[in-house]
Amino acid sequence: MARFGEAMIDPPISQLVSVSKRFGGVEALAETSLDVATARTTVLLGPSGCGKTTALRLMLGLVRPDGGQVLFRQAPLDQEALRRARTQMGYVVQDGGLFPHLTALDNVRLMARHLRWPEARIRARVAELMALVRLPEDAIARHPSALSGGQRQRVALMRALMLDPELLFLDEPLGALDPLVRADLQDELAAIFRRLGKSVVLVTHDLAEAALFGDVLVLMQDGHVVQRGTLDDLVARPASPFVTRFVRAQRRLDVDVKA
Amino acid sequence: MRRPGAWVLVVVAGFVARDAHAGQRLRVASKAFTESVILGEIVTQLERSAGFEVEHRAGLGGSRLVWDALVSGAVDVYPEYTGTLVDEILGAQPDAPRDGASVARALAAHGVGMTAPLGFNNTYALGLRADRAHDLRIDRLSDLRAHAELRFGFSNEFMSRRDGWPGLQRRYGLPQTKVQGLEHELAYRALAGGDIDATDVYTTDPEIRHYALVPLQDDLRFFKRYDAVLLYRLDVDPAALATLRRLEGRVDARTMTALNARAQLDHVAQADVAAGFLRDAFGTVVARAVGGAPRMILARVVEHLALVGASLLVAILFGVPLGILAAKRRRVGQVVLAVVGVVQTLPTLALLVFMIPLFGIGAFPAIVALFLYSLLPIVRNTHAGLVGVSGALRESAEALGLPRGAVLRLVELPLASPLILAGIKSAAVINVGTATLGALIGAGGLGQPIFTGVRLDDVGLILQGAIPASLLALAVQGLFELVERFVVPRGLR
Repeated sequence: MARFGEAMIDPPISQLVSVSKRFGGVEALAETSLDVATARTTVLLGPSGCGKTTALRLMLGLVRPDGGQVLFRQAPLDQEALRRARTQMGYVVQDGGLFPHLTALDNVRLMARHLRWPEARIRARVAELMALVRLPEDAIARHPSALSGGQRQRVALMRALMLDPELLFLDEPLGALDPLVRADLQDELAAIFRRLGKSVVLVTHDLAEAALFGDVLVLMQDGHVVQRGTLDDLVARPASPFVTRFVRAQRRLDVDVKA
Repeated sequence: MRRPGAWVLVVVAGFVARDAHAGQRLRVASKAFTESVILGEIVTQLERSAGFEVEHRAGLGGSRLVWDALVSGAVDVYPEYTGTLVDEILGAQPDAPRDGASVARALAAHGVGMTAPLGFNNTYALGLRADRAHDLRIDRLSDLRAHAELRFGFSNEFMSRRDGWPGLQRRYGLPQTKVQGLEHELAYRALAGGDIDATDVYTTDPEIRHYALVPLQDDLRFFKRYDAVLLYRLDVDPAALATLRRLEGRVDARTMTALNARAQLDHVAQADVAAGFLRDAFGTVVARAVGGAPRMILARVVEHLALVGASLLVAILFGVPLGILAAKRRRVGQVVLAVVGVVQTLPTLALLVFMIPLFGIGAFPAIVALFLYSLLPIVRNTHAGLVGVSGALRESAEALGLPRGAVLRLVELPLASPLILAGIKSAAVINVGTATLGALIGAGGLGQPIFTGVRLDDVGLILQGAIPASLLALAVQGLFELVERFVVPRGLR
């Protein structure tokens, strides 16, 4: 069913084609090809240093590849294309990356104002997004330092969604939150993504989180893609002993907690 | 930023214009010791009574500096001593002139003329404490050879001059090793406190009597004659020159010593001492500019603020962009930071003296020097503030699609603003202190009463400069805390 469906949908919105990247002497990403499916959520999964964040930053155009090509909608993401593509991509980093000198509202509308959107349009869009992420009314006027961790991530998501991008990148968006807030927000985010139907790339090292969000899971190790598939694929048909080890390590914790 | 920029240009242009148009009036200068200031004041008041508009830049810091100011046309007249002239100023050349005619020729080559001696020879002498002189039976310089244990404290100028301690030591073969450089006025305190036994004195110093010193007899005739004369630019108004010449031969050593004593021991204002001399010698009654201490202080504060404000504004206009450049281009940044760092290590007085040949004397060179000093804290803090912006925030801004200029303007500079402002604040506070040295190159300001007070040993006068300077530093600090509220975004406080 899934395979049949995949054949019907649009071509990938973002692609790495034989892309490699080194930082100094360290190989962050070995030659890798990766497709991000349109209107689906792709989760980049793996331990720290596996290259998942590098892959995401390459797709965002924040770093340039040493070799290979980054495509956005089948076109190379060069400087010229990047300028146009920026407004069609949203980005949320681990601690939100909110600008501490601006209020939540100013963070959210910074780019819209730079693009000289009419104030009425900005107001309407902000109200819409506040309802979407369920941000309390009084929080929007505060500075990030006066917001809770969960609120900060909601504001960061609003900022990323402000221009209604087609592709959303989230780098460990819930990584800095305490477990209770995190569990709540996971469910909410999953619901939001389903409702929006956008293409999403999410980076996490947490298998449960990946399973919750991900239509497609991409497990990485040492700069390589180890396996691409659903959670069931990873559990039932591991491509290597590492996949099993990674899955078991996180499952065992689950069982312990339940016991 | 555009308006303050324009304001700076107006201020700077104003100072330049002031120096350029000053040719119409007579500018008198004096060096930073009481006798020179009194002589300068006498010249000033005499010329004023003769109908000239006269400006007296009193107490400039050092022979070379005032000479350079005269040659460059920044001043028209100043009192000098023949010994200083021959040995220190003209003596730098290999064929240094010795006799009167060749001195006049050498001066003329610089566009400078010299009056006949005013009537006293203020040469150097070594002043030994009278009790020591009596106990050790010393009354000639050659007697010092037998007393290597004696401790000397000499003015820094005397320590380094060829006709000072080095030459004296060689001529007499003096064995003393405990020799230190001191501010001249402080040397007297050290004498009174018993920390040193002898210092260099001028023969018209009132302190010789006051501190019970014995000027030792120069039995090998080492010290040259230091006849007081007036040096003037040859393009000075002939009528003004004629007035100058009225002073030739009119000030003998006793008169000069008495005038010095009136100023230094009796704390009579130097202008009043000069007026008293003119009344006694020429029957000239000079109308003195009235204005009590409060008005004087206010005028000095205004001068001081102009120095600090103008230099700081220019430093901000240059320093912040340089800091941005340094943060954005690493190679260039290292060079920029190194250069402004080196400027900072130059001693203030040395930097001020470097300014003279370029900009003359007065407020403008002082502003340039203060500007150079202000650069380092501003450039360094701007650089540090921008470099300190976290990579995650910079990438977030970039990922939003903001172009580079907008990232700088909307994100990086606001985030760096607390550090940038702190840099500007320390530059301002340091400037308030450093600007007092501007008095040494005729820039006025609160250093004027401070240095005059130190010279005259007048604590009241020192405080008239020191207290407003401290209050000003506090006010500047307070002002910046206020500015912080407007400039630093609320989320960062």
